[in-house]
Amino acid sequence: MLRQLAARSLARRSGAAPSGSRLLHSTRPVMADVTLTVDGKEVTVPQGTALIQACEAAGATVPRFCYHDRLAIAGNCRMCLVEVERSPKPVASCAMPAMPGSKVFTNTPLVHKAREGVMEFLLANHPLDCPICDQGGECDLQDQSMRYGSDRTRFHEITGKRAVENKDLGPIVKTSMNRCIQCTRCVRFANDVAGVEDLGTSGRGNDLQIGMYIEKTMDSEMSGNIIDLCPVGALTSKPYAFQARPWELKKTESVDVLDAVGSNIRIDSRGVQVMRIQPKINDEINEEWINDKTRYAYDGLRYQRLTTPLVREGDKFVPATWEHALETIRIGYQNSGAQGDEVKAVAGHLADTESLIALKDLVNRLGSENLTLDQPSGDAPPVTGVDVRSNYLFNTGIENIEDADAVLLIGTNPRHEAAIINARFRKSFLQRGAEFALIGEKFDSIFAYDHLGTSAKDVADFLGGKGKGSGKGEFAKVWKEAKKPMIIVGSAVTEGKDGAAVLKAVSQHVLKNEGKFLTSEWNGFSILQRAASRAAAYDIGFTPSPSSASVKPKFVYLLNADEIEPSSIPEDAFVVYQGHHGDLGAQFADVCLPGAAYTEKASTWVNTEGRAQDGRVAVPPPGVSRDDWKIVRALSEVIGNPLPYDNVHQLRDRMWDVSPTLVRYDNLEVPSFEIQKVGLNLLSSLSASTPSSTAFKKPIEDFYRTDPISRASVTMAACSKAFTKKEYTFSDEESGDKQASFA
Amino acid sequence: MMSKTRCLRSTRAALRSLPSTSPVTPLAVAARSRSLATVADPPVRRYGGLKDQDRIFTNLFCRHDHGIKGAMARGDWHKTKDILLKGDSWIIQTVKDSGLRGRGGAGFPSGLKWSFTCRPGTRARWGFGLTDAVNKPGWEKDPRPRYLVVNADEGEPGTCKDREIMRGDPHKLVEGCLVAGRSMNATAAYIYIRGEFYQEASHVQQAIDEAYKAGFIGKNACGSGYDFDVYVHRGAGAYICGEETALIESIEGKQGKPRLKPPFPADVGLFGCPSTVANVETVAVAPTIARRGGAWFAGFGRERNSGTKVFCVSGHVNNPCVVEEEMSIPLQELIEKHCGGIRGGWQNLKGIIPGGCSVPVIPRSDCETALMDYDSLKDHNTSLGTGAVIVMDNTTDMISAIARFSKFYKHESCGQCTPCREGTTWMMNMMDRMVAGRAQEREIDMLLELTKQVEGHTICALGDAAAWPIQGLMRHFRPEVEARIAEYHAKHGQVLFGGKLLSDADTRYALPDNLGGDATRSIASPAA
Repeated sequence: MLRQLAARSLARRSGAAPSGSRLLHSTRPVMADVTLTVDGKEVTVPQGTALIQACEAAGATVPRFCYHDRLAIAGNCRMCLVEVERSPKPVASCAMPAMPGSKVFTNTPLVHKAREGVMEFLLANHPLDCPICDQGGECDLQDQSMRYGSDRTRFHEITGKRAVENKDLGPIVKTSMNRCIQCTRCVRFANDVAGVEDLGTSGRGNDLQIGMYIEKTMDSEMSGNIIDLCPVGALTSKPYAFQARPWELKKTESVDVLDAVGSNIRIDSRGVQVMRIQPKINDEINEEWINDKTRYAYDGLRYQRLTTPLVREGDKFVPATWEHALETIRIGYQNSGAQGDEVKAVAGHLADTESLIALKDLVNRLGSENLTLDQPSGDAPPVTGVDVRSNYLFNTGIENIEDADAVLLIGTNPRHEAAIINARFRKSFLQRGAEFALIGEKFDSIFAYDHLGTSAKDVADFLGGKGKGSGKGEFAKVWKEAKKPMIIVGSAVTEGKDGAAVLKAVSQHVLKNEGKFLTSEWNGFSILQRAASRAAAYDIGFTPSPSSASVKPKFVYLLNADEIEPSSIPEDAFVVYQGHHGDLGAQFADVCLPGAAYTEKASTWVNTEGRAQDGRVAVPPPGVSRDDWKIVRALSEVIGNPLPYDNVHQLRDRMWDVSPTLVRYDNLEVPSFEIQKVGLNLLSSLSASTPSSTAFKKPIEDFYRTDPISRASVTMAACSKAFTKKEYTFSDEESGDKQASFA
Repeated sequence: MMSKTRCLRSTRAALRSLPSTSPVTPLAVAARSRSLATVADPPVRRYGGLKDQDRIFTNLFCRHDHGIKGAMARGDWHKTKDILLKGDSWIIQTVKDSGLRGRGGAGFPSGLKWSFTCRPGTRARWGFGLTDAVNKPGWEKDPRPRYLVVNADEGEPGTCKDREIMRGDPHKLVEGCLVAGRSMNATAAYIYIRGEFYQEASHVQQAIDEAYKAGFIGKNACGSGYDFDVYVHRGAGAYICGEETALIESIEGKQGKPRLKPPFPADVGLFGCPSTVANVETVAVAPTIARRGGAWFAGFGRERNSGTKVFCVSGHVNNPCVVEEEMSIPLQELIEKHCGGIRGGWQNLKGIIPGGCSVPVIPRSDCETALMDYDSLKDHNTSLGTGAVIVMDNTTDMISAIARFSKFYKHESCGQCTPCREGTTWMMNMMDRMVAGRAQEREIDMLLELTKQVEGHTICALGDAAAWPIQGLMRHFRPEVEARIAEYHAKHGQVLFGGKLLSDADTRYALPDNLGGDATRSIASPAA
């Protein structure tokens, strides 16, 4: 509702003409309410609502194939035909706006006849292969044919059914084009949301085909969504092919942790295995989409797992019991002689909030402030500081970025760091006509941007009104005239050596243009985090004290730290690794403690906006691995400094004490306007060196291999090969081997 | 019944005896033979016999110069400035008075249509705001340009009127663009010419170039202070691009697939701007109407069907031709007078498709009473369409002819929406079998049902157009189809639904009962 209100106020501001829209036809903003009658029931909807929505609002279900709430309207399946009074022909309700006073009937003989006719046509050329089709059980065509289909066919033509060659779209999407009903949902998604403009239709009439025009993979990190969109089994999932039926699966609603967006997901599991991951609708975050890593990295949860505690003996790991492992750590800790800041904890990308707070409490109890993060210059206190939340969060809000009219990206590649946010950028690029500019390393973008430079110096120059892009008619002009400008600083910039300089320049610019950047309804200053645990770590204060950075640690505790720089671990230190995968961090460990992955524990995740969300248990942790916070709690007991919480409720009470935002689930708690300003003042008075002209580097080189889970995933390896390295070998339909090996 | 037959026979006798310039319509004879003498018959108006001075297209046969010199000699560009200066509402009122209806097939009143782009609307509007922005008073404030789009994608089989107009009278079209464009305050006209019409496109382009040179169009067109540009866009020859919104998509450089309506082109048309799509003939007659007055044009033809019309007669006539005639001319007169009659005489006529391949065929009996206008043909369950009269004599295999149309529609369906995409293919397959007779009688009804499933359920009218010829065939020639089927069955044995022969069925398995097989057939009898 708020969304609609916002859209309405937007419409009023933007006037009648679709200013700057890059779409030739866009749905006009809504203006007022209209009242109409559906099946004798009166219903009031905003003007401009499609009739199908009005029917839904009145409680009348209208079958559909091509219509989808979040896509452009095609109106081509003709399944949603309804009868409208004084209209001679049945009307496609998806393509018809609700008109005041009209009388609509969705359940008359005329309507039934029309839909039955359409259904018969759809089934005429649709293969009857439901038993071997992966869509079976969640197929729109199957469901609707139960109501509108005939029990036997009239189609017996000797010419037979249509046969269409399958397309090879890459390692994610499996096609079976005979089943396609040409609804073009995938085409509209690819063009309008994912930015793959070369997925389209070729041929006409009965020869109409969906494809990439030439033999080409669908090179997008959002491609998996077309599998969900496909109402039939034409596009199915290659990694999930023939793995399970939907009715066998247990569905758990949870949160994704492979980037910092916190996409809402539904984990489908069978027994102890995660079988697939689907998006869960959340309009404020991921709408209805998730990226391919979120969707397909789950097979990494089956490989390279730590299932039992390991203790290093000589140069190999030996499985041990929990008692033995924890005892070994106690002895190791004592023998290391670590005092004060010589106890160092490193929190990695996938550490959940509960274990972070437990580990912080434990390390603090051992007298250390040396709480570091698994990132470049993570040993030092972050330049953003952690006192004011708005200094390290995505303040604008994921949902609100669609309102921005000019966006400046600094040292970030949203396509890889936050693919879901990137899709929103494309939306505002197409529909609102937003302008984009980038200072940093160029990337293959799905919206057009001006490249204004690569370094901190360029940032300072541009914001200071000098340098590239400041000329007439260029981005500087757009920037000056923008009503809702937005600056996004990448997390890699704040971690880099020019972090302070950039933040200083940006915050000064924001403060100077306070009226535009910082109003009661708009905050145009955002930091884009890329790691799921980072915002929570800052919220908790999991950061080192200034003095601790210079201390050489003797006891190192790696919590899910797998991006670690080997040189930061002293040779003689005693190292504990706690995590779920035998990845980089485990190699340095003296003792490995098996933790649970995100699908296996009930934990809290704070996304880049600062929104706390609840991750839930879908499957049990494998072997004897345990919930991460419980491991820390157990260790504290063994070390002789027991933490004061015995169950998760007590632990969350402790989290409440540290920061109430951590347990206010699903709510976005925005710092007040005044606090935000205080934060910016802090940033603007940073002592920074002069901005250098060293180019910013993209923190993510390979989108498909960013964390222990995706690095262990076979699917992600295939994606990396196909999309990052562009080494995909197209399967040969004749032999069919390659496809089968995946199935 | 008897008296009617006699009366018709006498009509034919009369027809034969009368000079060909003034044939009597059967209707008129029927009226005269009424027996109640007390009733005074109203004077009978006969239509047809358009005089040369009333012809609009004076170079239809391309016998004269099509360039600007010849065109001006024939009266084009004569005082066009005065017409423009009379203003948009005057032109629209004149066109409304003339009763001109769109010549592209649908027959929508042109004056009304042209008023949509800029007048306070009489049109149902929808909620997306744009309509209001266009139609409400104060449309001048809409910053968007307005376009006139001329549909010269004449692809309907049997139709060749626009082609002749563009070849012989291109200046009429260009001047028509200016006049019609002025009436809707358009800034430019796009003429979308079918790709196959190379020479026609050249002639139109030549006319445009000459008109620019003479200052008739372009900046300050004809010195009226009104700026107007005309562009030619050549299509690639898809039939569906003749549909107005598909045509707009095609000009925009996209696949020619019809758009959803609403929004109508008058609200969101070419490049997102208010547009009006009109047929070549409709546009080309506008200057003449403006010069000679709406009343003059309205004086031809029956009420609500006024004006002159270019008819294209093809098929089994002695002299196929394109001719401009008065509306409401009896179909029979049109053929007898201008085409030298049916090959082998009127009795040899089997059926006529009076408006291009998308309208139903009518048999000889209907042809004798039909007038060539929108309403009369509608009464005969067919339509004027584009005025393309396709004549078929008794040598025609009517089933095969309609099957060919089905193939055409299958080939030209854009594939966007389900009923048309799947329906046209299915109908074509069935029609192909009907030609051979390889079908069951019940499949005729099933085919009709399929046409009903397509008709009215599609985005554009192509689905309807594919369905109507088949419906017309079955309405009037069903016995012929049944006879064909019986013949095939006698020769090859029973045919199952879908065209499989019963003799080809695998006797080892039970035959599903929905295949229309013989119920008494012995199952699993060993092959002899």
